[in-house]
Formats: sequence, structure tokens, C-alpha cells
Amino acid sequence: MQSIAELLGLLPGYSSIPETYRALIPVVVSCVVIFACMALAVLFAVWLERKVSAHIQDRLGPMYVGGWHGWAQTLADAVKLLLKEDIVPASADKLLFKVAPFVVFLGAFAAFVVIPFGASSFVADLNIGLLYVFAVGSLSVIGIIMAGWASNNKYSLYGGMRAAAQIISYEIPSAIAIMTVVIPVGSLSLVEIVNAQQGGIQNWFIFRYPPLVFLGFIIYFIASLAEVNRTPFDIPEAESELVAGYHTEYSGMRFAFFFLAEYANMFLVASVATALFLGGWTWFVPESVVPQFIPGPVLFFGKVLALVFVQMWLRWSLPRLRVDQLMYLSWKVLLPASLALVLGVGWVTVYW
Amino acid sequence: MWNYFRDIGLGIVTVLTSMGVAWRHLFTRSVTLQYPTEKWTMPERSRMRLFNKIEDCIGCGQCARACPTDCITIQTEKRGKDEPEVFASDGTQIKLRTYVFDIDMALCCYCSLCTFPCPTHCLVMTPEYEYSVYDKLDHIYRFAKEKPLSGKAQKPHSEKTESHGQ
Repeated sequence: MQSIAELLGLLPGYSSIPETYRALIPVVVSCVVIFACMALAVLFAVWLERKVSAHIQDRLGPMYVGGWHGWAQTLADAVKLLLKEDIVPASADKLLFKVAPFVVFLGAFAAFVVIPFGASSFVADLNIGLLYVFAVGSLSVIGIIMAGWASNNKYSLYGGMRAAAQIISYEIPSAIAIMTVVIPVGSLSLVEIVNAQQGGIQNWFIFRYPPLVFLGFIIYFIASLAEVNRTPFDIPEAESELVAGYHTEYSGMRFAFFFLAEYANMFLVASVATALFLGGWTWFVPESVVPQFIPGPVLFFGKVLALVFVQMWLRWSLPRLRVDQLMYLSWKVLLPASLALVLGVGWVTVYW
Repeated sequence: MWNYFRDIGLGIVTVLTSMGVAWRHLFTRSVTLQYPTEKWTMPERSRMRLFNKIEDCIGCGQCARACPTDCITIQTEKRGKDEPEVFASDGTQIKLRTYVFDIDMALCCYCSLCTFPCPTHCLVMTPEYEYSVYDKLDHIYRFAKEKPLSGKAQKPHSEKTESHGQ
């Protein structure tokens, strides 16, 4: 953000803006930049998901739009969704129905503020960064319940309630699994956590105290899958049971916002996992051996994309869990395991 | 307690197995055929659109009688004695003038029963399968070329089809 402020300083007449407003401008600009980047990444991820799913099922996926392997398919779909009629059901709670997609969207995008994409490319370095990510990320569940309630539709309400139960259950193991990283670092700031992993792949937290933090990573990954409602845990929008869950009644751009938020959430949990466990923007080998020739944000995005690919891979290889199996996994497997891990990591950190 | 850990282990193993299957299929050759640009070569003697070589047709009507869906309509009249004699390509004399030979491909069930009794082998099924139309009446293929000479021509086939086809 400092570099953005310096760049903005070069604009003519910038220094004549009053100080109170001038402080806001770099924040707004960097937010817009992050929003644009994430929107592009989401468009790419939707295309990638369609290609990955197609090839896993021995199909080809989109092949025509745009020429090369249907790269413009998502753009065409976005234009189509923009042109579609925006239907609000007659018996819906109009205000909540209209607000819900934006709340979900806000929860997905606001958390990107604290993600360190590179050594200096982040909007804010909060000392409670991780807490902020979890707090803002949980906003989306409010949006989902809003959507389910406001639609005035049994399936939507079921989807919303399931989403609430699921996300709240899985917040606990994922938050506790993250403690396996927070305890050795002693900070909730994502920038400090990434800085603590510099100096090659052996310093990444995924390889710290093997296999303790690695198991923490696995638990976080499973729980984060459930938090973003991806397929082994997609009971809130289970097509075979609930039509489309909480976004059954949505059409056009409001539906697109839910779609966008789902993929933005995927990127969010992958970004958090990258920053916490996979070394963030740091290079694979020590700087003294091979200097980092790939820019930090590109490296970060590559790691995030690898994790997003694993999410897609899992989605197209696993069937959906039943509701009781979902709760069993969260409360009886992941929660005790993550608690045991935190005890183990704490013991190792203090007595090793 | 033992069951609990066995279930967890089983879960991990099955997840990894299914991921392995998915990974292998990620690099399997796709079975998709990009249809309008690539097409299957149809097998010889595939049963698609009917074609009648009207120059060889003697108007015997055996095909229409064989048809289970009555999709072939034939109307003929005798050729006059003073007219020149006409022969099919296999040498059979064509004694009837076929002035209506309509096949409604919307009714056809592709059984190919009509092609077997044809004495001059003029009615065949072709491998042509891309003949979708916007109007069902466009599926009526009219093969007859000659006009009736006697003024007592019967009702044309099209009106009859329109009345029961819609």
C-alpha cells in the first residue's frame, strides 16, 4: 500500500487534496485493485473448474467461445447473467432478498484486505489479521441465512439453516487448527506469519514439527472446504435434495453474485492456507542458493491456484456427505484431532 | 474406540483412492466428439433418410403396403398405348406413370421394410442423417417428377398430410 501511495503522489494536484481525504485514497485504490484482481481470478477459476471437471469425466468442457479451449466462456456467461431478468418472488422479503447476495459477497471480499500477496503488497497489516479473516469470513453465513429466509421457500430455508449449522461447526476445528501456526509464531498478523517462514521450503510451517503442523494443514483444508460449501460438504446447496439450496429463487446478476462469492471464498481459504502453511509469497529455496526470480504476488497466486485445483479435484472425486456424517466429521473427528494437535504443538514449542 | 480409528483410516484411504481415480482420468483421452466439425463415419447400409430414384420406380406400391407407419403415398395412372415405352435401368418396363411419390420422413420409423420388396431396387435408405427442419411439413419428400395426363387426378398428398399431420 505504501508503493501505491507513492505512485499516487506522482499525480498532479494530489498534494492539494486535504490530508484527511488523502489518507483514504490509497486504501480505496488498493481495494479496487484487489477487487479487480480477485474478479479476474474468479472468472479464471470458473473456467478452470469447468475444464477440470470435464477432463476428470473424460469430456472436453467448453471449447468454442473465444477460440482457444473456450477461454471466454465465463465472460459470455457473465454477460448472459447481466442481461437476464432480475426476478424477486412476490412473497419474498424484498429488502433482505435484495441485500443478501451483497452481504455474502462482502464477506468473501473484505477478508482479502489482510492477505499478504507479496512482501509489501497488502492493504493492511492488522495485528489481529487472522481473527479479522475469520470474523469477516463468517459474515457470509449471515448473508446465506438472509437469502434462505427472504426467499420464503422451504428449500431455500433448509439450505440456509444447513449452511449455518455447517459453517458454525467447521469454524471451530479450522480456527483451532490454525493455532498450530499461531503458537510457534506468537502473532495473529498474517504478515508476521509469512515473515517467519522465510528461508526456503524447510521453513514453511507445513513442515514444522512433522507431522503435527502438516496434520493441522489437513484439518484446516478439510474444514475450509466445508466453510465454502464445496462438494464433499455442499449440503446447503445439494442439488439432488434442495433444488439449489439458499439461492434457488435467485436469478440473473444476484445469482452471479452468489456464484462469484463462492469462488472468491475458495480463493480466500486457499490464500489463508497458503499464507499460514505454504510460506505465502516466499521462495522455495534459500535466497543465498537461488535468488527469488518470480515476483512474490505471482508465486503466492501460483500456490493459491494449486490449492484451488485440489479443491476442484476433491469436488469431482467425492460424493456428498449426509448431514449427520457432516456433523460427525466436524465434532467427533476434526475437533478432537485439532485439540490434540494444539496440545502437541504447544508442548513441543514450550519444552523442545 | 477401535472402530473409530478404523473408520478414520478407511475414510482417508478411500478419499485417496478416489482422488487417484480422478487423477488418472484427468489425463485420459477425452471421448468427446466435436460434432459439427468432427463426425462419425456412418456404417455402410445405415438406415437414415429414404431416397427413391424415381426414374427406376415402376409405381408398384409394394413399399407403401409394407410400410408400418403409412408414410409413403403413391398415386399412379396407366401410361397410354400411344406413348413411348419407358424402361427402368434393370430393363423392367414402367407401365404406370407415378405422379405422386411422397415420403413423410416425420412418420418414418426407419425399419427399412419398404426397401426389401422394391423390385427395381430404386427405394434405398441413405446414410444422410442431418435433415432437421423448422416445419414438420418440410419432412415430406416429394420424389415424383411427372404430371398426370388424365384430368381425373386425385387429391394431392400434401392436403391429406396437413389435415392429419398437425
